[in-house]
Amino acid sequence: MAELKAGDAIPELRLTPDKYLPHRYAGASGDFNPIHIDPEFAKAVGLPNTILHGLFMMGLVARAATDAGGGDPKALKRLSVQFRGMGAPETEIVVSGTVESVEGGTATIDVVAAQGENQTIRNAEAEVVVA
Amino acid sequence: MSVKTEAIGKEWPATTYEVGKEKIGEYARVVGLDNPVHFDREAAKAAGYRDVVAPPMFCVVYGAPALGPAMFDDEVGMNFAAMVHGGQEFEWGEPACVGDEITTTARCLEIYEKDGKGFYVFETRSVNQDGAEVAKGTWTNIVRGV
Repeated sequence: MAELKAGDAIPELRLTPDKYLPHRYAGASGDFNPIHIDPEFAKAVGLPNTILHGLFMMGLVARAATDAGGGDPKALKRLSVQFRGMGAPETEIVVSGTVESVEGGTATIDVVAAQGENQTIRNAEAEVVVA
Repeated sequence: MSVKTEAIGKEWPATTYEVGKEKIGEYARVVGLDNPVHFDREAAKAAGYRDVVAPPMFCVVYGAPALGPAMFDDEVGMNFAAMVHGGQEFEWGEPACVGDEITTTARCLEIYEKDGKGFYVFETRSVNQDGAEVAKGTWTNIVRGV
């Protein structure tokens, strides 16, 4: 059980994915799209370099929202995100959020994942059971 | 050129995934989760779970095999070279635990064109061996220059 009320900021989650993180995420998730693991391929399709998996960053958003609700994984009931920027390895990701409302034992949290000014995930909305 | 819409409503064959303890641990470590309920059977049981429990986003692991054939279907005709993952939503029901057999079905919800981009929206529904829904996903892919 977590004491959350509208307007509260949730604890920030900070993580710097190392160079090989996309390889490990590819293995863990089964998503071996070469834009995430092969710099030559990524550059050939017009990207600056390999990019992070969007669903990896969504995994961090899910983690931050779950932690805000007290840490029990089944408390997270819904998560909706929009991918709006490419994430890069070896750059710190900051996940932050604000509680929009708490109604009927469910907190709705607005979450953003960013690398500096680059908001890789925004308009994310998480529903977490808090009571 | 414009988007093909014949595949709207199409459903692809279901896939079944058996949830394993080490696979949950591998996924949890990559996203930096350290809650023992994802690694330790006794801790999971003490927290009220049947067995080691998957993090919610593990639904991409058991759900993706059903989605693959949908995304690569010629009837859908997505141009992968110009595709980005635009949005994603999941709703969770019953937790997924070690030993669960989770069956996922993918369906094409929408294909439409807007501002010169093609929007391809798929749904996955994942149910466990008891018929309880564990996750529902809505996957939005955007293709530039259709």
